[in-house]
Amino acid sequence: MIKEKKRHIINVILTILAVFTAVMFLVPIVLTVTNSFMSESEIVSNYGSIFKGLSDGKKYVSDTANLKFLPDMVSFSQYATVLFKSPDYLIKFWNSIILVVPIVFFQLIVAVFAAYGFTRTKGKLSAIIFFAYIILMMMPYQVTLVPNYMVLRLMNLLDTNWSIWLPGIFSPFSVYLLTKFMKRIPSSLFEAAMIDGASELQVFLKICTPMSKGIITSCAILVFIDYWNMVEQPLLFFTDEFKYPLSIYLVKINSGDVGIAFAVATIYMIPSLLIYLFGEEQLIEGVTLQGSVKG
Amino acid sequence: MKKNKSKFKFQITSLYMAPSALGMLLFYVAPFVVVIYFSLINNPIKKDFVGLENYIKLARNDAFIQAIKNTTLFSMTAVPLAVVLSLVLAFWLNSGIYFKSHLRSAFLTPLMVPIASIVLIWQVLFDYSGVVNELIEKCGAGKVDWLKTSAGMLVILLLFLWKNLGYNMILFLSAMSAIPEDIIEVAKLDGAGKWRIFFSVKIRYLMPTIVFTIFLSTINSFKIFREIYMLTGGYPVEGLYMLQHYMNNTFQSVDYQKLSTAAIYMSIVMIIIIGLLFAVENYFGKDLEDE
Repeated sequence: MIKEKKRHIINVILTILAVFTAVMFLVPIVLTVTNSFMSESEIVSNYGSIFKGLSDGKKYVSDTANLKFLPDMVSFSQYATVLFKSPDYLIKFWNSIILVVPIVFFQLIVAVFAAYGFTRTKGKLSAIIFFAYIILMMMPYQVTLVPNYMVLRLMNLLDTNWSIWLPGIFSPFSVYLLTKFMKRIPSSLFEAAMIDGASELQVFLKICTPMSKGIITSCAILVFIDYWNMVEQPLLFFTDEFKYPLSIYLVKINSGDVGIAFAVATIYMIPSLLIYLFGEEQLIEGVTLQGSVKG
Repeated sequence: MKKNKSKFKFQITSLYMAPSALGMLLFYVAPFVVVIYFSLINNPIKKDFVGLENYIKLARNDAFIQAIKNTTLFSMTAVPLAVVLSLVLAFWLNSGIYFKSHLRSAFLTPLMVPIASIVLIWQVLFDYSGVVNELIEKCGAGKVDWLKTSAGMLVILLLFLWKNLGYNMILFLSAMSAIPEDIIEVAKLDGAGKWRIFFSVKIRYLMPTIVFTIFLSTINSFKIFREIYMLTGGYPVEGLYMLQHYMNNTFQSVDYQKLSTAAIYMSIVMIIIIGLLFAVENYFGKDLEDE
């Protein structure tokens, strides 16, 4: 009995500590959101010292930053400015969507086919090609962007959205993850269907793809986060800042319109947080499947 | 069953991979050959073959060396921390505490937040006149210029851990749930103590995942450029100048020779790391199968 009680107390202490740590993890996100409800002048007076010289030197700027969890007065003025007065940010947000959504969609279509191919094709050659996919997947952007750049320049696609779309669509990540999943489906299932007279295409469309629905969602989530966060590609492939996605443009706001930056930052994380809210299970499933390199 | 003897017999299923394979070939593999070619010639106009000259030149380039040093230093600190701390988190969550799934969600959340959205608050915290410095001053210590000195490495480290711990933790949690309960029971019956079970059973079973996380974190640590770029721009202080900054800035100056050579250097390192990963995974895979 005493032992059980002791165990309970230890659990409570561990829980409290864990909750505290978890809160620390969430603080940066929560602060960004709460700060987005401060009026622009409150932001400038709180953080003006940090972004000084950039905030046209308003007088009431204090010397030290004044971090606040809650605004003095809840205000939607930041959002109003972003939404109605400076269309710049909305355009950049739209740029982000235009760049990311086609990549997620088409990378998955290409990958579902390819993964089925890798799962069903026997022989050394397909194993070697798959190995090449794994190596390329692990290369950091700074390596793969060099060959990308060479080809895009040759095709005259630099400075167009295609320069982001095409390498993104053919990026190996989804192929890898989906193949890993499909290889775990017992092949007797496919073979039985073939014996019953189903064609390869029917097996693919009616058996394999429906079974992979969950992992396809996981893949879509992971690919989305990766590209929603993109920095390197547009930085190198676009000379025209007008085309920049918000992920890069935000850095420029940070040093300019501090007053509304928190609202823009909050707007930018809404899509990925919404996806997390509804797709946490799939996300975890996808991460777990990555647990080792081999299939 | 009849075995297919001819290796390259055409299989209809290979058509399914064709679009993807062609795209890969066009955008990644074929131009990589061009990259190798560029690394071996003197300039894009004359195109004289110069052997390894570019490699030797680059190996003596101060900025490149600095970048390698910083990148190595960062990876050597960030990776062990990322693995150990996430393992601790995973054991912590598994120790029978309350709200386990809520806590797990909280730790994973940073993964979902775009870095760009967070940079702002990070600046408020770590700027010279920022919140952290204010706290330090109240405690009577001197201010640190976090983002403009080598102390920035700490800030970046914190950001890296914040973003990556949850991911590693998920991998460990799933590996832990795969440890067979009966083995632990048997060990207990055999009189093994808590620590013995921890090291000889649990850690042993987690070893393949630990190895995998080490490599994954290493690869992720090479992607830290994003965070540094957003916090401090394309030309940070010397202590934060990473290999990726070097590549990025060389891109902007359009020096294909340097760029290609640096890319080849980096891919050689990556191939060695990936090769090691495969070798070690094979080793541990066998170890457990033998049980």
